[in-house]
Amino acid sequence: MTTSDFLHSKTAAVLTVVLVLLCIWYAGAVALNTPFQRDQDVRDKVERSTGDFVTATLNQKRPVLPAPHQVAVEIWQTTVEKKVTSKRSLVYHAGITLSSTMLGFLIGTVLGIVLAAAIIHVESLERSLMPWIITSQTIPILAIAPMVIVVLNAIGVSGLIPKAMISTYLSFFPVTVGVVKGLRSPDPMQLDLMRTYSASSFQTFWKLRWPSSIPFLFTSMKIAIAASLVGAIVGELPTGAVAGLGARLLAGSYYGQTVQIWSALLSAAFLAAMLVTIVGFADKAVRRRMGMVQ
Amino acid sequence: MTDTEATAAARGAGSAGEGSAFRVIEARDLCLTFETNDGPVHALSSVDLTVDRGEFVSFIGPSGCGKTTLLRVIADLEQPTSGSISVNGMSPEEARKARAYGYVFQAAALYPWRTIAGNVALPLEIMGLDKAEREARIKRNLELVNLAGFERKFPWQLSGGMQQRASIARALAVEPDLLLMDEPFGALDEIVRDHLNEQLNRLWDRTNKTVIFVTHSIPEAVFLSTKIVVMSPRPGRVHDVIECNLPRERTLDIRETPEFLEIAHRVRDGLRAGHAYDDE
Repeated sequence: MTTSDFLHSKTAAVLTVVLVLLCIWYAGAVALNTPFQRDQDVRDKVERSTGDFVTATLNQKRPVLPAPHQVAVEIWQTTVEKKVTSKRSLVYHAGITLSSTMLGFLIGTVLGIVLAAAIIHVESLERSLMPWIITSQTIPILAIAPMVIVVLNAIGVSGLIPKAMISTYLSFFPVTVGVVKGLRSPDPMQLDLMRTYSASSFQTFWKLRWPSSIPFLFTSMKIAIAASLVGAIVGELPTGAVAGLGARLLAGSYYGQTVQIWSALLSAAFLAAMLVTIVGFADKAVRRRMGMVQ
Repeated sequence: MTDTEATAAARGAGSAGEGSAFRVIEARDLCLTFETNDGPVHALSSVDLTVDRGEFVSFIGPSGCGKTTLLRVIADLEQPTSGSISVNGMSPEEARKARAYGYVFQAAALYPWRTIAGNVALPLEIMGLDKAEREARIKRNLELVNLAGFERKFPWQLSGGMQQRASIARALAVEPDLLLMDEPFGALDEIVRDHLNEQLNRLWDRTNKTVIFVTHSIPEAVFLSTKIVVMSPRPGRVHDVIECNLPRERTLDIRETPEFLEIAHRVRDGLRAGHAYDDE
């Protein structure tokens, strides 16, 4: 690969963006941490050169905005250098969040598909159910989550299930909306064809509507799995910070551990990217099997 | 007596009005009005039509003359506003439920996630046929439309003409006595269309089916038909019915003969007299 090829490649484009973001981040860290550092230096009666001052702003113990290398070190220490079973391991916490994300996502997807199938078959359901489904998503999840956790706790359900339910609450919606559109996507000619065979509505569903909705389903699932992760993290906040990425965020904010907050945040973002990518691969694999990828 | 002779006899009996057992379609005073925001549209107005077994009947006319609507009424895809119609002596709905006809649409309408064999299998699965029977019918009908060897291909891997042939195989796999075809070759280029016309003529000659064929091409209608129904628009009605007594087995050369040109001329006159070119 020549230099010119590299400069026009996708990798170069991505690296450039990352580099720009890192620069902005460092600049922001210096700017935001300066007031505290200045006060501290006045209190300690320390005189610094500019270079020394900048270095100090990037290496505070509890910075307003931690520098990228601080977060990188924290992530390294809490993933590679800790045992997975340790309560201080980020992998352990990510695993807890992942399990409720996946459970919530699975239930949400199934629920979404069932609701969509019901809505396209029963006309009155579209009018009676759809407004409630839409309303459900206008309520802030932060308001609902503690109630779900507390109520379920009161009836003796705790741990994975309540968190998964919040993931379900967020993930069923995109699936319902997407699959309803997908199940309605066959054109009139394809539907007329089924009619000329006097196919039952069950046959029309399995042989025409369902296969037609698969591309819509996967697009919705990409949104749903990211929403599930958000739901799982939010669900971990009111549980009193026991375990999970959400608990790490909450504990970090209790003790002003901004480095811990940012490392948990970045891990969550990384996890979301991985999950969406996996759904993307599944999408491609299924479509190839169905002969729809050329 | 060969099949061909039997059909000729049946046709003779049918047109003499004696053998109502051979009557496939019988429509009396058929009307269909669509209510639209711009007021009622009279898609069909007092249509009378009879089609006997073994006939190849073409509906020809300009856009909006109701030819597709009439075909859809026969197929029970539209309900007439008034008048009576029977298909194989039953109501269109009963005929549809008895799977009495195969329908070929303007586009192939193959399901993209099914292979060619899978698409032909679709109606057979719905009918609940067992696997052996399905496979036998797939093989037989794909051979009939010269698509043997393409079973495992997906629709996008085939040309437009091949896709339309696959959709004809799909309609034939139901093994109906009646084939309804709605401008099946309208979207294809002329060379492919000529070729498919010849194949369709041979298929009809060999299988002894009744075919109702919608088209807006005069040569296509004359080449294929035993009877041409000339329709005219606003309101959609039957303007003329022209008998087309060319030999059953035809090659494309027949289009140069005086008999062919004579019939084509009569169809063109009929279309003109029906004010078909009014606003075109």
